[in-house]
Amino acid sequence: MIQLEHVSKAYNNTKAVDGISFSVKEGETVVLLGTSGCGKTTTLRMINRLTEPTAGKIVINGQNIEEQPAEQLRRGIGYVLQHHGLFPHYTIAENIAIVPNLLKWNKDKIEKRTHELLEELQLPVSFAHLYPAQLSGGQQQRVGLARALAANPPVLLMDEPLGALDPVTRAGIRREFTQLDELKKKTILMVTHDVQEAFELGDRICLMDKGKIVQIGTATELLFKPATGFVSSFLKEQRFQLELESILIEDIWTLLPKANDGIDEIVFSSGRNLWEVLEAISSHVTTGAQRFVSIEKDEKKQIDATSLMAGYTQYKNSITHG
Amino acid sequence: MDEQQNLWSFMLQQSDKLLEQTLAHIGLTFISLLLSILIGVPAGIWISRKKQFSGAVLGLAGILQTIPSIALLGFMIPLLGIGAKPAIVALMLYAFLPIIRNTYTGIIGVNAAVTDAAKGMGMSSVQVLFKVELPLAMPVILAGIRTATVINVGVATLAAYIAAGGLGEFIFGGIALNNTNMILAGAIPAALLAIFFDFLLAKVQHLNIKKTRSALIIFPVILIVLSSFYLLPSAISSKMLAGFTPEFMGRSDGYLGLKNKYGLKIRTVVISDAVMYKAAYEKQLDVISGYSTDGRLKAYDLIVLQDDKTIFPPYYAAPIARQEVLQKYPELEPTLNLLSGRINDSIMTELNYRVDYLKQSPEKVAKDFLTGQKLYKNPRNGNKGVIRMGSKIFGEQYILLQMYAILLKGYTDLAVETKTGLGGTKICFDALTNNQIDLYPEYTGTGLLVILQPDSKTVEKMMGDKDRVYTFVQQQFIKRYGIKWLKPIGFNNAYALMMRRKQAQELKIQTISQLKMFIDNN
Repeated sequence: MIQLEHVSKAYNNTKAVDGISFSVKEGETVVLLGTSGCGKTTTLRMINRLTEPTAGKIVINGQNIEEQPAEQLRRGIGYVLQHHGLFPHYTIAENIAIVPNLLKWNKDKIEKRTHELLEELQLPVSFAHLYPAQLSGGQQQRVGLARALAANPPVLLMDEPLGALDPVTRAGIRREFTQLDELKKKTILMVTHDVQEAFELGDRICLMDKGKIVQIGTATELLFKPATGFVSSFLKEQRFQLELESILIEDIWTLLPKANDGIDEIVFSSGRNLWEVLEAISSHVTTGAQRFVSIEKDEKKQIDATSLMAGYTQYKNSITHG
Repeated sequence: MDEQQNLWSFMLQQSDKLLEQTLAHIGLTFISLLLSILIGVPAGIWISRKKQFSGAVLGLAGILQTIPSIALLGFMIPLLGIGAKPAIVALMLYAFLPIIRNTYTGIIGVNAAVTDAAKGMGMSSVQVLFKVELPLAMPVILAGIRTATVINVGVATLAAYIAAGGLGEFIFGGIALNNTNMILAGAIPAALLAIFFDFLLAKVQHLNIKKTRSALIIFPVILIVLSSFYLLPSAISSKMLAGFTPEFMGRSDGYLGLKNKYGLKIRTVVISDAVMYKAAYEKQLDVISGYSTDGRLKAYDLIVLQDDKTIFPPYYAAPIARQEVLQKYPELEPTLNLLSGRINDSIMTELNYRVDYLKQSPEKVAKDFLTGQKLYKNPRNGNKGVIRMGSKIFGEQYILLQMYAILLKGYTDLAVETKTGLGGTKICFDALTNNQIDLYPEYTGTGLLVILQPDSKTVEKMMGDKDRVYTFVQQQFIKRYGIKWLKPIGFNNAYALMMRRKQAQELKIQTISQLKMFIDNN
């Protein structure tokens, strides 16, 4: 668990971070979102003391970070950087083993852990002896993550972890990351300027502007109960997609029409979001499929573009005004 | 072909000396390089941490590099005396700039994301330095060391001027003696050393990063081994130390004659004429090879040892000029001859003293002397033609040149152009024969032994007789080169062995034979 209390960072007379407070609960992923220069990276770097705050207090798992040597603190926090920051003169295996070596693990344990991580991140074991320059951008970024995870730190800081990748690779790795068991248990604070990424990876999103927090909350809260005009305008471009993604079939269950029995049905789980389902339907239509349903507790609902959009409109109205 | 064979046989004949000089050269280069790395790399690291000092430190190292090498060596002498110490320090200072600068740029150039990651993972600043920054900056640092090595191999030749040894002994000896083989015997190995070490370091530099880690350990070891060459003990040891110029070392009427005729066995170092007298005065050297009219003889209270077996030939000074010019301007010869017989040894020593030690200008000294001799006349218009006069680089020649200039301007309508500082005999003489200058003051002994180089029998016969030497060179120069020796000025600026007056008196040494006796008995 990470807690920030009235933390500020000033360079000369300009405040890069201005008295912010928030916390990341254990096992939660919070995303710091904002334009460049809003103070999000500075905030992240103050947590592992790469930048020292000018005021305020930061506590990790009950301990004030000022009360321990910076090196020791950092060894207990996984750190993933935008430009991976792999050591070009170390092999992949050596790169992954940096923190375990600093912690003086024995050789066997390090080797076992390295192989485990390579496998988990879907990198061939033969990569262990290659150098970073011999890998693709996406592979390098996965090694960067493996290195951060190597010593099993409970807390992970990620600074634009996918920022240097092209959109296609980026989407692919993002999906892999969300499915990674090891990441699910971690307390994660991540920085990004990509709205899509923030909504996909964050349990909560902390939107920053000019060194201050504008709003912190879940995706739905930001979308449907924006604290200020800045929040709505920040999300404007992708609002429609983000909203559809944040609403699940089960959320609008009562608003959907009942389905008749029939054959050749395609069934969607009620835990899927509207965007995914609409995408799936539109691709199935071209193959000739006609009937789409969702089933929950012996109840069968009819799914199609019209019913989903109707449900979405009603749902949105109910939460914005209720 | 003939030249090459001669060179090869010269190198074979001198192989002991060549090996000794080469080892000394390598030793000088690498001791100074090692020291420069030991100081320069930490300095480079320091300014990469404290960037506000980088400008000042790099600027200072840059200034050091712009000081002419010979001047830098000169600055070192009052502080560190002569020999290896000042040479090593001077070379070290030269190597600073490439080493400090490349260490600095190498470290600054390490990808910030990598150092950030290193810190972020919990490496201490020492670990970041040794595990990340230095290994990644290593190719750049090695490039700096490579540059410094090549610079040092080159500059180390100049160490011969301050008795530090090295291949410069052959090079400067060869230039002074007009001996091309000797020059090449020094210059070729020096060039090969530079190429070889450059090649070797290029290999190290391009090793892949992984292997560089082991190279990091091997490299300092090699460096220390190479440095130790210089510390090999010298074979001869005696209590007295002699400092001889490169020219003196190679001449039969110099060190070779001392060995052959007197059987003198003394520990020697090669040293530049410019610092030799002072080194003797400061008791860094006990015996030096000087010139009998040198002003510093008076300045440093040295005495000339009597040449009781006459190995030093007469060196009577006289202007030598191209025949054509003398014919073209008939008034030239009588004017130059006005000085004939006017200056004896002690007058010349006094004049040299005023220039070399009291730092009066040669022009003033020349004018004062001519005025005293009632030879001075105000300059005329100088519209008839131009006489180009040359001189070697030392005060006596400058004074003579100024005297001739004043005389020519006062007694004829000729204009004068002076080209002072033409280095040694070879350069002056070549300039004369190639019609670059019209005349310069030369010495009979030099004309005989350096330029004419007759067989040793002819030399032997004439050695003690100054008139015979003069007649011989006069005849031969006309015949071979169309160059005329004018009347001798009067003084004999011969080679001489010198000691401090006080020491010579204490040890009761007045002649070279007595010096030999003293050395043999101690």
